[in-house]
Amino acid sequence: MKAKVYVTLKPSILDPQGKTITQALHTLGYGGIADVRQGKFFEFDIEADSPDEARATVSEVAEHVLANPVIEIFRVEVE
Amino acid sequence: MGKTKFAIIVFPGSNCDHDAHYAISEVLGQEAELVWHKDTDLRGADVVVLPGGFSYGDYLRSGAIARFSPVMRRVAEFANSGGPVLGICNGFQVLLEAGLLPGGMRRNQHLEFICEHVNLRVEHTDTPFTQNAFAGQVLRIPIAHGEGNYYAPPETIAELEANRRVVFRYTSPDGAVDDAWNVNGSTSAIAGICNESRNVVGLMPHPERACEHAVGSADGRLVLESVIAALDSVTKAG
Repeated sequence: MKAKVYVTLKPSILDPQGKTITQALHTLGYGGIADVRQGKFFEFDIEADSPDEARATVSEVAEHVLANPVIEIFRVEVE
Repeated sequence: MGKTKFAIIVFPGSNCDHDAHYAISEVLGQEAELVWHKDTDLRGADVVVLPGGFSYGDYLRSGAIARFSPVMRRVAEFANSGGPVLGICNGFQVLLEAGLLPGGMRRNQHLEFICEHVNLRVEHTDTPFTQNAFAGQVLRIPIAHGEGNYYAPPETIAELEANRRVVFRYTSPDGAVDDAWNVNGSTSAIAGICNESRNVVGLMPHPERACEHAVGSADGRLVLESVIAALDSVTKAG
């Protein structure tokens, strides 16, 4: 089973990388892009009896390892 | 008085372990031992040091993988029973990820790896690592990091400040807090903090790299001398 996790900084956290990318895009002429936030993307190949079980395991991994709850949030997608 | 015994934890990618070993054993004449991260024996150490470097290449997040190393369970036990623990740079990051200190680290605000001497103001002297300083003393200590931008949510910051747990701050040469002197953008210019029981201290700057005038500053000696003195007085009292 395939699962995906997206880890991003909490909205309240300043993202200097995202800001830098936004400014670079403006320089390139993409004035319509107001903001960019940079995050991390993980793909899992996981054995589970059901998508729900896969989601539960991956969420646990995301919470305890992949994301730092002080500054990050995450989203899980299971195929 | 006998020598103070320091255990310096080495993770794959730690690279300031030898600097710490040199400062402790050669410069300060104490006992230092390198302890591999898979080892769960702290060899009866009096002090544990988590050194700087790039443990696990800073993969995922700085310190995020090192915190799960077998030795960290022993370090946590040592810390929870009151043993002095000093986390330097990556070591501080490991302590944060391990939850032994609150908060987290972000990328430096201007996205640069900063390698320079900074002014570090000692906020409180009632920790084993600052007891030889006076409150407000400004130390000249080098930093070398790309992810030293300390963050904690407002309620955590308030708690740290209220309980005098901010131990070091980035300041001007005469100890003034100013954005201009907050090189990495850390919340409230926080460079180092301690835990509730004040025995675990983490800081981004490198005191072990400032123990001899030949390397630009000897102000860092104070941090190590403090814990040596703190343990001396405990043993004498006991």
